[in-house]
Amino acid sequence: MSQKNRIDGGLVNREKSVKFRFNEKWLRGYEGDTLASALLANGQLLVGRSFKYHRPRGVFTSGSEEPNALVQLRDGARQEPNTRATMVELFDGLYATSQNHRGSLEHDLLAVNDLLSPFLSAGFYYKTFMWPKAFWEKLYEPIIRSAAGLGKLSMLPDADSYDKGFLHCDLLVIGAGPSGLMAALTAGRSGARVILADEDFRMGGRLNSETLEVAGQSGPDWANNAVAELRSMDNVRLMSRTTVYGAYDHGIYGALERRTDHIADGAGKPRQVLWRLYSKRAVLAAGATERPIAFGNNDRPGVMLAGAARSYSNRFGVTPGQEVAVFTNNDDGWRTAQDLVAKGVHIPAIIDSRDSVPDIKIDGAKVYTDTAVMDTIGRKGVKAITLTNGKVIPVDALAVSGGWNPNVHLTCHQRGRPEWRDDLCAFVPGGDLPVGMAVAGAANGALTLAAALAEGHAQAAVQLKDLGFKVAKSDVPEAEDEPRNCAAFWHVAESKKRAWVDLQNDVTVKDIKLANTEGFRSVELLKRYTTMGMATDQGKTSNIAGLAILAEEAGKSVPEVGTTIFRPPYTPVPIGAFAGRSRGKDFRPYRLTPSHKWAEEYGASFVTVGNWLRAEWYTRDGEKGWRDSVDREAQMTRESVGICDVTTLGKIDIQGKDAAAFLDKVYSNTFSTLPVGKVRYGLMLREDGICYDDGTTARMGENHYVMTTTTANAVLVFRRLEFARQCLWPNMDVHLISTTDGWAQFAVAGPKSRDLLRKVIDAEHDISNEAFPFMACGHVTVCGGIPARLFRISFSGELAYEIAVPARYGNSMMAVLNEAGAEFDAVPYGTEALGVMRIEKGHATGNELNGQTTALNIGLGKMVSQKKECIGQVLSQRPEMIRDDAIKLMGFRPVDRSRKLIAGAHFLNKNDPADMAHDQGWMTSVAYSPNLGHHIGLGFIKHGDARKGEIVRAVSPVHGVAMDVEIVSAHFVDPEGERLRG
Amino acid sequence: MIINHPLLGPRDAAEFVYLGDASLIDRPDWQADDAMEQFHAYGYLRENPAGEHKELWYHEQGDRSWLVVTRNTLTHEITAVELARDVARARGRDK
Repeated sequence: MSQKNRIDGGLVNREKSVKFRFNEKWLRGYEGDTLASALLANGQLLVGRSFKYHRPRGVFTSGSEEPNALVQLRDGARQEPNTRATMVELFDGLYATSQNHRGSLEHDLLAVNDLLSPFLSAGFYYKTFMWPKAFWEKLYEPIIRSAAGLGKLSMLPDADSYDKGFLHCDLLVIGAGPSGLMAALTAGRSGARVILADEDFRMGGRLNSETLEVAGQSGPDWANNAVAELRSMDNVRLMSRTTVYGAYDHGIYGALERRTDHIADGAGKPRQVLWRLYSKRAVLAAGATERPIAFGNNDRPGVMLAGAARSYSNRFGVTPGQEVAVFTNNDDGWRTAQDLVAKGVHIPAIIDSRDSVPDIKIDGAKVYTDTAVMDTIGRKGVKAITLTNGKVIPVDALAVSGGWNPNVHLTCHQRGRPEWRDDLCAFVPGGDLPVGMAVAGAANGALTLAAALAEGHAQAAVQLKDLGFKVAKSDVPEAEDEPRNCAAFWHVAESKKRAWVDLQNDVTVKDIKLANTEGFRSVELLKRYTTMGMATDQGKTSNIAGLAILAEEAGKSVPEVGTTIFRPPYTPVPIGAFAGRSRGKDFRPYRLTPSHKWAEEYGASFVTVGNWLRAEWYTRDGEKGWRDSVDREAQMTRESVGICDVTTLGKIDIQGKDAAAFLDKVYSNTFSTLPVGKVRYGLMLREDGICYDDGTTARMGENHYVMTTTTANAVLVFRRLEFARQCLWPNMDVHLISTTDGWAQFAVAGPKSRDLLRKVIDAEHDISNEAFPFMACGHVTVCGGIPARLFRISFSGELAYEIAVPARYGNSMMAVLNEAGAEFDAVPYGTEALGVMRIEKGHATGNELNGQTTALNIGLGKMVSQKKECIGQVLSQRPEMIRDDAIKLMGFRPVDRSRKLIAGAHFLNKNDPADMAHDQGWMTSVAYSPNLGHHIGLGFIKHGDARKGEIVRAVSPVHGVAMDVEIVSAHFVDPEGERLRG
Repeated sequence: MIINHPLLGPRDAAEFVYLGDASLIDRPDWQADDAMEQFHAYGYLRENPAGEHKELWYHEQGDRSWLVVTRNTLTHEITAVELARDVARARGRDK
């Protein structure tokens, strides 16, 4: 196909022909074309099918407001649905496909929906698919879902990368049309740091689409010169292809920059960048969007906005057709006729809804005043139009202008509410604008070129003065105030055929009338009932006409009806851009333990614990599954000695004269009585009396404690301690620092642990049971002078220590401990064996301290001191939390020892029905105990401490399992605790 | 949002963690006769003003200061930022 609609002129580069593919056809365009202009140039009017009725649709606009020409770009993992052809820059090899048809674009099988349209009006789904109720899930919904939607996802991981960035400026100028350029020039010349952002790939806005002159130059030339001047300034950053999509608090704006979308091969560079722009002030110069007039069959390919028709001819050198009629309610439509005629396009008719029209002679055009277009004829493209006076005019394109709407969107992102201006028949910015934002040019209702230039300069100057800049003298260039008279004319009442308001969601005038009849009269209800304005274009071309029609039906004025609220984003932003680099394993940061490298070399498999990766077990040759490894690690530790990296537990260094008093406040038990050189287990409560966290705290000196927290709560506990220190007891002399990362810490557990450590700790330190008993702590040195801290604490219940060295020695320390332990058959163990041994000992962890349980529940009720003040103390004594029959942490074992217990199973008395009314508690943790040879569990059960030996049922409906279990002590191994004191 | 930290100047809200009503500073006396009622109110009852609100923010990705930020909940305008420790002291909290 040749470029039959290509005409002279325009800003495309005719030296550079570009080949692209639309569906199965290879076509040609020029550098500087959009996909839309190139398709039009090739006479490809039919571009897609509509959402609901599968009506043939073509290019309707020339900008980001496009409702119709949505196409799928590229293929494979880079396939992207629902892109607007009007925003897609043409490049060599571009592959686009049309959307939303079953079968070919030309012969869509679902076009049958169009014939069913009498049944498919607003609310159809709500009314029709209500009964029989059971049909919804199995029948209606799958059918509707498969028929609905526009483009298709590739279902492959996105092959592109996305980035995020942060920029700061004095003045952000949004939009690089005449007023935006003028604002940026004024600010740039005054020395302010300026960011000028525009969604187009070519700056200049409507200047590139009009034949209007600025300062004696053509619009595009003046824009080019302005951009060149701005580019020469170090204090100005130009961001084309950048959509400012949201106005946020305190001068922060969100922007999406498309970096490689216009390049065939992005060479691995980020495809798009999501910017956070910090501005002291902003000038919104977002321009205006033309709106259509609704009349019968106004959605056929070939019908387009008059301003878009001007864009295609003036900027791209493309005519929408060979015979182009113009239908307008305002003066602006006439310029489309003028510009097209000047390019040699035949204009058979100008139809103006008004009585009095501009006194302009258009060669070859018949002028119809006080007349409207009532209907169009044609199937996949308009062939003729029918006027209200009955006249039928053959055309292959129709340019429609219903006036212009200022782009007020960003002014509404906070509390701004647009105000109606009768003279413009449009809403302009109103109410409270985002702080620091001024609006200039067409976005502010200054729709003429001269006014836009002047306002861009003036608004920038006001902002600059406020910021303390001396405003450099800038003359506002000369330009005309082109005629802009407009009539309030929204739809053609005489039309009997369906007249589209929202093209993307297939909402017609009739739907709006129906909504009003059925009582959906609030604009917010209208929107949701008809789905008007809820498509990806957010109703940019349809909202105002829809409101006006509703107002007319309801006998109100447009401002009385009001608008729905514009929210970010202004145009769609891909989820990938919001995600940025945070995907896959980088979804969130993860941390490696100091001995990670050693563990990798020794066959560890890793598990995520909080944001850490920890060794869960170390597989040895011959082991067939994880249980083999875990059983061996737990058993060998109890028989000899095991080594585990426990660095991930939070460590908080607490110093100061009031350190002891401070700890008494934040722990439920007392720490001021702890002797120097000793460790104590501590329990923390929330202020509501529920258990929060636990750990051991060592008194290293009179005014120096080292606290440990659970891995999961390390950050939260530190935050709480800072809160207590700064907000609750602000006069205490106490200071905190997190040393979690500073010290690598290892548990060395088992009967041979002392023997092993004796080989590592320098000889002058006496670690005999007498000199360094259970719960002792102190400073030692290892390996000939490396500073270390030694704690005699035990999570496994064995004779055990934890030894800490500066983190940089962590990997070596792990190696040294294992080498020194070789003669004792020492074994590295992971989190699973650690878990098995703690369950064997009945120690509570996150499963038990789950935010629902009290100190009494976990058997530590006596640890809540009543003699001193602490966080949570008062509310922990609420009657419900200290009742005698409260749930208690107990051990459980299956009566049939061969059975496996299930965590989450609920307990029931033997003959009670399995319902919540008879619930006795639940199993929190289970493990296979290699030392006992059967499964064991921990759990909470009502009055558990008085029920040892009782058999209850453990029921898990989720797993379909019920079994008898015996209530036993939670201390399965060494209940008297003799080993750890040995 | 941007919070003008009294020590560090304007910082992005992303550096902070939000806690809530600054009345959490006013922790009741545990030995009061009606301590249980007071703590109940302290723990569970909050004003929810449409307008000026004093609230606690923690500069976790920064200097770890707790701040009392006076923010208008309707407009997000921030009219004052103080160190929570100063506020706590001014409200008479002691050891």
